[in-house]
Amino acid sequence: MNYLWSLVTDFGTQLRSLWMVFSHGFRKRDTLQYPEQKVNAPPRYRGRIVLTRDPDGNERCVACNLCAVACPVGCISLQKAESADGRWYPEFFRINFSRCIFCGMCEEACPTTAIQLTPDFELADYKRTSLVYEKEHLLISGPGKYPDYNFYHIAGMAISGKPKGSGQNEAPPIDTKSLLP
Amino acid sequence: MSPELTTILVTVAQGIVILLVAVLVAAYLSWVERRLLAWWQDRYGPNRVGPFGTMQLVADMLKMFFKEDWIPPFADKLTFILAPIVSMSAFMLAFAIIPITPNWFVADLNIGILYFFMLAGLAVYGVLFAGWSSVSKYALLGSLRSTAQSVSYEVFMGLSIMGVVAQAGSFNMIEIVNAQQNIWFIIPQFFGFITFFASGVAVTHRSPFDLPESEAELGAGYHTEYSGMKWGMFFVGEYVGILLVSGLLVTLFLGGWHGPLLPPFVWFMLKISFFIMLFILLRAALPRPRYDQLMSVGWKICLPLTLINLLLTGAIILWQQGGGA
Ligand code: SF4
Ligand code: SF4
Repeated sequence: MNYLWSLVTDFGTQLRSLWMVFSHGFRKRDTLQYPEQKVNAPPRYRGRIVLTRDPDGNERCVACNLCAVACPVGCISLQKAESADGRWYPEFFRINFSRCIFCGMCEEACPTTAIQLTPDFELADYKRTSLVYEKEHLLISGPGKYPDYNFYHIAGMAISGKPKGSGQNEAPPIDTKSLLP
Repeated sequence: MSPELTTILVTVAQGIVILLVAVLVAAYLSWVERRLLAWWQDRYGPNRVGPFGTMQLVADMLKMFFKEDWIPPFADKLTFILAPIVSMSAFMLAFAIIPITPNWFVADLNIGILYFFMLAGLAVYGVLFAGWSSVSKYALLGSLRSTAQSVSYEVFMGLSIMGVVAQAGSFNMIEIVNAQQNIWFIIPQFFGFITFFASGVAVTHRSPFDLPESEAELGAGYHTEYSGMKWGMFFVGEYVGILLVSGLLVTLFLGGWHGPLLPPFVWFMLKISFFIMLFILLRAALPRPRYDQLMSVGWKICLPLTLINLLLTGAIILWQQGGGA
């Protein structure tokens, strides 16, 4: 009798799951019809990489190479140059987006918040070489996610017009020799 | 032209049209299935090629034609080529016995349903050949399961519709349909219907009885080594099998073309579409059992059920005849 009863319940549960799956036909579909319906990626989505400028309009990147070191696939390459006032800047800055895995390690490594990932993911192209972005493609005119941050005002090496230790959170350097008794 | 010649020509034309339409519909089912599965999974499915994705089949065909038709060097060539042909043509030939309307059928065989059993038995060879000739572990395991499966379902598949045959008093499909003018056999033969449906799913190797194929653990089961149009033939063969079993269920249990108001053809199509939908819903909803579970269901539940059903049907028929005399 128990056996027969379990037969009936087993059969019943199968019918129940049939009905449950069928009822899904009358629910809202989850698919977004992408090219017609635009995707609204969240602000912190990791997409196309940009190089930003500080609030004064200067390039933020100081060509420290930390992003290139942090990049797990090694798709960033840059060359340091120095301007007349002593600032460092990248002479060229190249990201190969056919290699980039959009992990965001470069953004985390960057001390100046220069390199940032944006929610734009529509990077498809017909030619592989056009996926290699140079500095003129990467550099934008705004400060990106950090509107107020200016590396050279807060800390950093001495440049003309800003001697050592004159940053916002800095004290002037102490002449250790003058501490002698 | 003599009247005999005209009749022969008309019959041949009917046969060709029915078979062609069957193959075409079977191929189209691949799209229908994907759309339906998607519908039940809150997705859209293929809806890009043509209006509502209806041209998806053309794209798939093009893709399949241009694929490399590869025969593994270690395979047994003749059997390897024979397998998809057997498995597709067996089901297609069996389609000949299904009467669509009173005038539209290919063959009015007096052994009707036995002919289907014969071809269903042959269709197993397609799977066996495929698994054996591929000389690959997965394919072999798949066809091994297919053997175990067919041993357990073929017995009760035959018995499950003997009740129908006994009530109609004939193996002939058209007479079976005509015997259902007053009441569809699904009501007096409910257990026969259930068991035949289960075995029908097993015959076509459809989920949840798709153990010979089981993508999850066997690659693609018996047709792992197939590609291109040979694979396509297995694929179409499976859908022709669905059509065939749905058609048989309609003719044997749902009164074929009988139905009020609408013309016979429309009734037949409605009923067959219902069963096709049910096949796809089964795939969408039910998980695949282990194959010892499948065999124990076959031997311990379905077989006794069909035997009891047959006994009771026989007893009732005898009692009715005795009462009449
Ligand atoms: S997102 Fe990751 S992979 Fe891409 S450039 Fe940055 S560190 Fe390299
Ligand atoms: S982007 Fe940032 S981490 Fe990369 S070189 Fe420039 S300053 Fe350094």
